Amino acid sequence: MNAATALANPVDIAYLVTGICFIVGLRYLSHPRTARLGNRISAAGMLIAVVATLTQGIVAWSIVGGGILVGAAIGIYSARAVKMTAMPQMVALFNGAGGGAAALVATGEFLRLLVESPTRPPTLPIDESITIVLSAIIGSLSFSGSIIAFLKLQELMTGRPIVYRGQQFVNGLLAIVIVASAIAVILGTNIEMAFFLAFGGALLLGVLFVLPIGGADMPVVISLLNAFTGLAAAMTGFVLSNNVLIISGALVGASGTVLTLLMSKAMNRSITNVLFGAFGQVQAGAALSGANGKASGNVRAASVDDVAMMLAYAKEVIIVPGYGMAVAQAQHSVRELADQLEKHGVEVKYAIHPVAGRMPGHMNVLLAEANVPYPALYDMEDINPQFARADVALVIGANDVTNPAARNVPSSPIYGMPILDVDKAQNVVVLKRSMNTGFAGIDNPLYEDPKTVMLFGDAKKSVDELAGAVKGL
Amino acid sequence: MTEHLLNELTVFVLAVFVGFEVISKVPTTLHTPLMSATNAIHGIVLVGAILVAGAAYGTLGPVIGVFLVILASLNVFGGYTVTERMLQMFKPRPTPGDAKK
Repeated sequence: MNAATALANPVDIAYLVTGICFIVGLRYLSHPRTARLGNRISAAGMLIAVVATLTQGIVAWSIVGGGILVGAAIGIYSARAVKMTAMPQMVALFNGAGGGAAALVATGEFLRLLVESPTRPPTLPIDESITIVLSAIIGSLSFSGSIIAFLKLQELMTGRPIVYRGQQFVNGLLAIVIVASAIAVILGTNIEMAFFLAFGGALLLGVLFVLPIGGADMPVVISLLNAFTGLAAAMTGFVLSNNVLIISGALVGASGTVLTLLMSKAMNRSITNVLFGAFGQVQAGAALSGANGKASGNVRAASVDDVAMMLAYAKEVIIVPGYGMAVAQAQHSVRELADQLEKHGVEVKYAIHPVAGRMPGHMNVLLAEANVPYPALYDMEDINPQFARADVALVIGANDVTNPAARNVPSSPIYGMPILDVDKAQNVVVLKRSMNTGFAGIDNPLYEDPKTVMLFGDAKKSVDELAGAVKGL
Repeated sequence: MTEHLLNELTVFVLAVFVGFEVISKVPTTLHTPLMSATNAIHGIVLVGAILVAGAAYGTLGPVIGVFLVILASLNVFGGYTVTERMLQMFKPRPTPGDAKK
């Protein structure tokens, strides 16, 4: 470090302001009322940092300027065009872009240090090499992992887990190769080859580690990849001795970690189980649905008019939306039905399971888009005690998160998973396409409960008909 | 470990704690916007991208340099735009006045 009395660089002061903006911006995200202001404060901080950086002896203006223009155009266009149901893959894509950028920043610094190294063959200072290798590995892992997550969510490839024999072994071997290469870079043996081996290995590992993860586990993966990119950005901060990168990366890493833990808790699975458990889980699910997949004897089907009557004369209705609702694009219809019910003096609430949707809080965004006011959306902990008072629980395209087996059948694969206590309501109406089992391939005893009626058909069509019938009452 | 690295590590560790503290106060309703907001924040790697690609070290080459800046600014601009778009959808309960529409 320089003498402590030396005046601080104005650019570093600007970076400090940026760090404060990010923290304050995130703080304001703690309430929907202030969240937009928070996002703008954060964006202002970003602007300050970028402008300050542009004063730092940029030579290649065409590269920097052109790159920013093109990136901004693509980013803004796709952010405006994307549908809210496609938000998880959009976030995955931006996340991958950030991870890739972090890896390339590390590569750029690596190559510069090689050229400037006074020794032949070139060597790197150990502080630099550790952080360079880490940001290259984590960044490229996040890049390729995010791309696979994007492809799966966009359904450009199958959302089902892709598994093969010896998968864990191959991944383990690859991880060892990456770690060995990283150590070689740090120790200074054959550093160029070792660096690119680590880089390429991490790219490959990113692909291989997301492949076996199924669609319903995506909330965990997206959160984890978010944490990775944050960490990669923080590492580039170490590489470039840049505090604002370190602070921002640490914030994002913390955020991604918090969300990852929340999501796996909501599924009652450890992170290792989500990431490495695909093989066993698929087998268990298949065996189970094979054994009792047809045990759908005692379900009661109801007509639209029956259900409409039940809903319209209820005092309180709790709607339980699941990913099936989003797939059927039924959220606007649901809002319409709720409006009609409210005209009849029915109190309508929404029960949101933490893993409803494909990323944390996804269902809330989908309902917000359909103009459902956010105070009507309730978290699992808040709504569960209220089911007993509700006249009707209306389950739309949700299955496993309402399965009482998670509470009282210790042999069930989802035993212990926190669920919405739909079966505590006076009446339960389930809108479902058919009697097929949910993602986990497990029968749902809720459907055979005497107070449950089923309304079969496409969710959007059923809800539209219900809204029409309620309107006519 | 150099004193310099130790200082940076201190900043990092403290920022992680601040992150945990701030993030745990965000309600579930806002978790998707939170994720896309933090997504935009890690776009700060654009600062690194500008430094590396803009300094004409000549080592990364102009093609990778441009690609790098594009990736990072895609992350920044896309992230903030999409967060803003989501957040403007979150509305409180309509007041009795505009309930008729």
